[in-house]
Amino acid sequence: MTAAALPSPGLMRRAASWCYLHPRATLLLWLALPLGWFGVLYLGSLATLLAQSFYTFDDFTMSVLPDWTLDNYRQLLNPGNVDIVLRTVTMAAAVTVADAGMAFPIALYMALYASPRIKALFYIGVMLPMWASYIVKAYAWSVILAKGGLLQWLLQAVGLQPVLDLLLTTPIGGNTLATSHLGRFLVFSYIWLPFMILPIQAALERISPSLLQAASDLGARPRQVLTTVLLPLAFPGVVAGSIFTFCLTLGDYIIPTLIGPSGLFIGTMVYTQQGAVGNMPLAAAFTLVPLLIIMLYLWFAKRLGAFNAL
Amino acid sequence: MHSNNGASPLLKLLAWCGLALLHLPLLVIALYAFNTESAAFSFPLQGFTLQWFGMALSRPDVLAAIGLSLQVAALATLLAMILGTLAALAIWRHSFFGRDGISMLLVLPIALPGIITGLALLASFKQLGIEPGMLTLVVSHATFCVVVVFNNVIARFRRTSLTLIEASMDLGADGWQTFRYLVLPNIATALLAGGMLAFALSFDEIIVTTFTAGHEKTLPIWLLGQLTRPRDVPITNVVALLVMLATVLPILGAYYLTKDTDSVAGSGK
Repeated sequence: MTAAALPSPGLMRRAASWCYLHPRATLLLWLALPLGWFGVLYLGSLATLLAQSFYTFDDFTMSVLPDWTLDNYRQLLNPGNVDIVLRTVTMAAAVTVADAGMAFPIALYMALYASPRIKALFYIGVMLPMWASYIVKAYAWSVILAKGGLLQWLLQAVGLQPVLDLLLTTPIGGNTLATSHLGRFLVFSYIWLPFMILPIQAALERISPSLLQAASDLGARPRQVLTTVLLPLAFPGVVAGSIFTFCLTLGDYIIPTLIGPSGLFIGTMVYTQQGAVGNMPLAAAFTLVPLLIIMLYLWFAKRLGAFNAL
Repeated sequence: MHSNNGASPLLKLLAWCGLALLHLPLLVIALYAFNTESAAFSFPLQGFTLQWFGMALSRPDVLAAIGLSLQVAALATLLAMILGTLAALAIWRHSFFGRDGISMLLVLPIALPGIITGLALLASFKQLGIEPGMLTLVVSHATFCVVVVFNNVIARFRRTSLTLIEASMDLGADGWQTFRYLVLPNIATALLAGGMLAFALSFDEIIVTTFTAGHEKTLPIWLLGQLTRPRDVPITNVVALLVMLATVLPILGAYYLTKDTDSVAGSGK
């Protein structure tokens, strides 16, 4: 018999065969750790957060009691808290619009006109600032906007200082650029710009060159090509990018702390309530506001076909 | 795609200016670290010096923060590489109910605002009676780092044929040998790129960190403390440059490791 000549398979070998023959069990083996981590620890944490938002905060003892209440949500409707939400959403919307405007030319040049070498340069040139330390970029801007700093020097050199002074007297202004809404808006727009460029570039990349040729063969001027072909086809990319810029601004709390006037943002409010006040239930209820706005926004974006461009 | 008729000069100008603007703050940080002025940020710079580097690196609080950040980033990266590779293996080899849900689940910690992830993890750590500290930092960082490893590894897997695995097993390799001599060499650069990105992400993270750090001071937390109460400007400038390099060098490395493949690392943060 030949069977006797074959060595009996080792333990590892038998384990391998068993895995191959039992794909379901193997799958569980692979998934156990990641699923445990994300399904139990992470989703469990989110559930804990949701539960905490219904807990009672005792003002006198400054302690949290596990008694169910809707008080925290009622507090969200206080005029002061509504102001915080409106201030944050307005900033997020303004930043999104500005970023779309700034990102479009860069993305258009990258996708349609740059040679492969230049395109690679732009690609890494956009990714580098995107990944560079967030806190350091915010710090860099407080250096640039500082009194006597780079921006002031630049504006004086080209004679635009009076324009800035005039801008600072408007409601979006302040004593200096670093303590004004305008300054905060500039920093937000800068920090999230790469997140808008890449999705628009991806959307434009998919436009077939023959479409543009057809447009000009049929007599469209460059401006008409832009408004009737390029912009509509880039739109899903803009919406995809706006998801990043909008959501990231909504949830941020470092930039509102470092740059701009003292009014609270959703992020700063959550941090203050949790840290300084110790009111975890109200902080938890507040985190649901950006979540709700983001979900509405995603639903809206999906209807506009944004996810086809991701 | 490369269009025949070139870009209009205006478009070209806007694009190059935009690219330059993106790099301006990085350049500013690189310049100010060598500035002689010690209390303000006036421009043009007052002079050039290397003395602040020595001073920064002899400060015990700076060194402690660097040490902690390196430790947290290294441990979180290691965990993320294990979890990310396991999840990628599962999704690559099998199709099952809820498969798309898993990639969604992995991206959630980074897609949701940091305040939500941070506060949620803090709330459940407190519920479990775990004091915020080193452990909670590593766990929370690993949670949002998994997705970058996963994305890189799964992209590589998608271009690797499953029949290779079957051939290896048919030729008598066991599971470990197949992983060691076939799967690992195949995904090595993608795994390394994902690990570098995870490291950069963890080293620099501040929002989730402020919630789960307790009394621990990572380098970004140290930096934030300096920024809200301005003092020791030159030391802060030097640390800012170091943090920037610690995040920029890994992304460059990851880019060069994966640039010849169709999916380049880091395209989605």
